[in-house]
Amino acid sequence: MTALLIITATAFLLFIITLWKRKSPARLRDIPALIRLYRILGLSIEDGTRLHISLGHGSLLDARGGSAFAGLATLRIIAERTSVSDMPAVASAGDPPLGLLTQDTLQAGYKAAGVEELYVPTTGRVTGLSPFSYAAGAMNITQNENVSANILLGHIGPEAALLAEASEREGVPVIGASDNLTGQAILFASGQDALIGEELFAVGAYLGAGASHAASLTVQDILRWLVILGLLGGAAAKFLGAL
Amino acid sequence: MRVITAVIAIATGALILLGYFFESFADIQFLLLNWAFILAGVAALVGIFNLIAVHTDKIRRAEKGSVYSALLLIGLVGTLLFGMLLSPQHPAMQVLLDGVILPVEAALMALLAVSLLYAAVRLLRRRADVMGIVFLLTAVVLFLGSATLPFGDVPLFSSLIHPWVTQIWALGGARGILIGVALGTLTTGLRVLFGVDRPYGGN
Repeated sequence: MTALLIITATAFLLFIITLWKRKSPARLRDIPALIRLYRILGLSIEDGTRLHISLGHGSLLDARGGSAFAGLATLRIIAERTSVSDMPAVASAGDPPLGLLTQDTLQAGYKAAGVEELYVPTTGRVTGLSPFSYAAGAMNITQNENVSANILLGHIGPEAALLAEASEREGVPVIGASDNLTGQAILFASGQDALIGEELFAVGAYLGAGASHAASLTVQDILRWLVILGLLGGAAAKFLGAL
Repeated sequence: MRVITAVIAIATGALILLGYFFESFADIQFLLLNWAFILAGVAALVGIFNLIAVHTDKIRRAEKGSVYSALLLIGLVGTLLFGMLLSPQHPAMQVLLDGVILPVEAALMALLAVSLLYAAVRLLRRRADVMGIVFLLTAVVLFLGSATLPFGDVPLFSSLIHPWVTQIWALGGARGILIGVALGTLTTGLRVLFGVDRPYGGN
């Protein structure tokens, strides 16, 4: 029941703060990787290159789905902004249901930009069904499809090193965030600007996905402070012998 | 249509969530999750067709790397035919799995070690800041503490510094990151559950 209480309280907070953020837009701290991503979005349209957004192989049927949904929200914005480009963005996934949602999200982006007729279904791809086959397929996109930046968002494990290595060889910058600790460490070592931990879930807010995304960040901050207080309180109680 | 898809998705999500907390929703949760697993299986088939479509298109246009696309399609169709004719448990299929698929994945894993080493070496050139130096120093400390060296363990590293770094600093940091990820997953999940983010139905 505690979990249900936490979920209900979070939902309530999210609702209230979303209403508040609609009236007063959020002020966000600078995250170098996301500033860079914002610039890359504009540049890719100007220089006629394409972006490759890779959403990892997180299954939507377990906890890894959270990072996949965060990646999809980002893909939606990128698709909308780059849909009029000569070289539209390509998205890859290593999980079939996620691949389907990738196509649907890309189409939604085109629709929102008013150019649904330009949407090509093969721009959303399932590149493989195991982590390494997914990485091998995604590396192929970087190497052969005039990609100007690789954006890796989702559940990506050690295979992130292969994707980063392929990007490095082609001189393509990587902006990556994963919910997997190994993947994060690799992306930190391989990328120019790394996104750590919950920053994966902040991309939507930084790209202007709407008040609900900005509200999510505030709710996460509130919950984080509650966790910190809980941990400190627990440690103090243990020290005093109350626990 | 948009409203109908949203209503179905939200109702399904809510019922599955309630199934975790109330016994009376457990049956419907079980049924819906079973449907989801079946649909995921069908999605795998759709994913394979998507893979075929992408690579057929590449071969047709004679794009760069289309030889690999042809190899992929031959491998895919060959494995599918063998699997359907012989059954997946047939010794020939096991040979295919043990002799081709597993070694290829293992080779990629081995390549990973080289890629990581290379990335670590380049790290300071790319990011000569405090965090880059801390990252590299930590990696060196961990290697020295856990590697099998010809002259035995390095004094202090394996007995004191390595456990101190892994059990206190790294574990604490990892838990902090995982708590952050969990909170992000919670808010993202709620946005999808309430239909604010709708990565379905073309919205």
